[in-house]
Amino acid sequence: MKNVLAILQKELRTFFVSPIAYVVLTVFLIISGYFFYNIVSIFVERSMMAMMQSQQFGGPPPAMDVPALVTRNFFGVISTVILFMLPMITMAAFADEKRRGTMELLMTSPITNVQIVLGKFLAALSFFVVMLLPTMLYYGFVFAYSSPKMTLGPVLSGYLGLLLLGGALISLGIFISTLTENQIVAASITFGAFLILWVIDLSARGGGTVVQEIVSYLSILNHFEDFSKGVIDTASLVVYSSFIFLGLFLTYRSIESLRWRQ
Amino acid sequence: MIEVEQLTKRYGSVKAIDSVSFRVEKGEILGFLGPNGAGKTTTMRILTCFLPATEGTARVAGFDVFNQPMEVKRRIGYLPENPPLYNEMTVDSYLDFVARIKGVDSGDRKKRIGEVKEKVSIQEYSNTLIKNLSKGYKQRVGLAQALVHDPEVLILDEPTVGLDPNQIIEVRELIKSLSGNHTIILSTHILPEVSMTCQRVVIIAQGKIAAVDTPENLTRQLQGSDRIYLEATGPEQSIAGKIKEIDGVLRVESHKLDGSDAFSYNVETELKKDVRGRLARKIVESGFDLLEMRTMSMSLEEVFLQLTTKEEGVRSK
Repeated sequence: MKNVLAILQKELRTFFVSPIAYVVLTVFLIISGYFFYNIVSIFVERSMMAMMQSQQFGGPPPAMDVPALVTRNFFGVISTVILFMLPMITMAAFADEKRRGTMELLMTSPITNVQIVLGKFLAALSFFVVMLLPTMLYYGFVFAYSSPKMTLGPVLSGYLGLLLLGGALISLGIFISTLTENQIVAASITFGAFLILWVIDLSARGGGTVVQEIVSYLSILNHFEDFSKGVIDTASLVVYSSFIFLGLFLTYRSIESLRWRQ
Repeated sequence: MIEVEQLTKRYGSVKAIDSVSFRVEKGEILGFLGPNGAGKTTTMRILTCFLPATEGTARVAGFDVFNQPMEVKRRIGYLPENPPLYNEMTVDSYLDFVARIKGVDSGDRKKRIGEVKEKVSIQEYSNTLIKNLSKGYKQRVGLAQALVHDPEVLILDEPTVGLDPNQIIEVRELIKSLSGNHTIILSTHILPEVSMTCQRVVIIAQGKIAAVDTPENLTRQLQGSDRIYLEATGPEQSIAGKIKEIDGVLRVESHKLDGSDAFSYNVETELKKDVRGRLARKIVESGFDLLEMRTMSMSLEEVFLQLTTKEEGVRSK
């Protein structure tokens, strides 16, 4: 545990002195802020229109839960945006250590490869959490000013879902980072892999064939939707933890095999 | 302290090292001498548990590098050829990180880091980013990193490469001062470095050990004969003839000295047969002036060349 912590702290320290960290944080803030503003104004506008129509034609007031709609749609947007952001967080994980030769330091120190992998994973995950923190502020505004009052449940489950989805993507990204010495190559392959996951998810969505159903059941992006609606499904938890475990296991095997491939 | 037996490492069909065996006693400095690509780094990487060997065993402080890597890693400080540094960290935070993963207790850490910084004299750079240090200072930080957990064994891969002459001397002094408490293996392809710092030398060429001995013994053994250099005035032929008459002299070569009428003579004699007294007497008694006389020893450089290029030398003749 001590060793995991040492790696984690070192990772965060080196990450926060690199410009990439701030570029990623800033870009994410701008994009998420823009989408949040858009989503809120669209749904507020729609509910106003509905209200006006009901007044004009004397119907009953429309049943429109704006906070819930905002929550669901905003989480949907974030889950897509992180596909573009996470490769930049994970690309350096091992590629950079290999390029500088510091892998030799880590592997000749009395720490296990499991500790190295866990430290790296938790560091990337912590950075991801830092990246998400400002978005809580957005929900804070909705919570303070919305009517009907926003329910906290979907927000909390949404963040849990984001953590799991992020963890799964990070574990895949870290694994890809062990395969090369070049960060740009690592980032490109990771981004490509995420896009493939995305395309597979889109193509399988709503399809009726058996294959499509299986694919959408295994798609990690598909499972996120439940979380943003406030549903925590055990099946989703299992899918995510299996994916994370698989990614970390591959990472572990990959750095283990470095010794033999040299 | 270190026992290496029949160590072989294959990369595909190429043998990087081939049945290498040697021992290093506690407190000793062993020099690993060889041309580039001879297998020095490979051997060191096996000893530090970075690479597995194809065959053979290696034990450090009684622990097998393959079966008990954690115990071995705990006892080894390793400076690879390129010091493993994180450029965007300060010297202090870097050393703190290394101390943590090397298992230095949190209570001792500050003290240890202070000690190693003093040892390699980098105290005034504690808060400097490593990327702003000069090459020499980076090398020192690398050394500090290897020393931070006070390991029993130090493995240094070309520790003086890329340093300026003053820094080289400092690093060599530092390494020398570390022996006794630490067992040290250092690799180099610079010959004077070995004779200056090491008690014993392993000469490795094309993955095989060519010789293991003290620098002095190696020089002596390889010298099939002793050599004497002398200068004398007088007719070249007649002096050379006189020298050849002396019992024990094998060969004489003479050269004209520039700017004088004297000649220089390289006299090769049988091993351990001191002919200097008779040589001097003979020349003086013959009525010539003896200007200079000294024994010449083969430099380690010549030994090295002879060992590592033996086969080619034979062939080219």
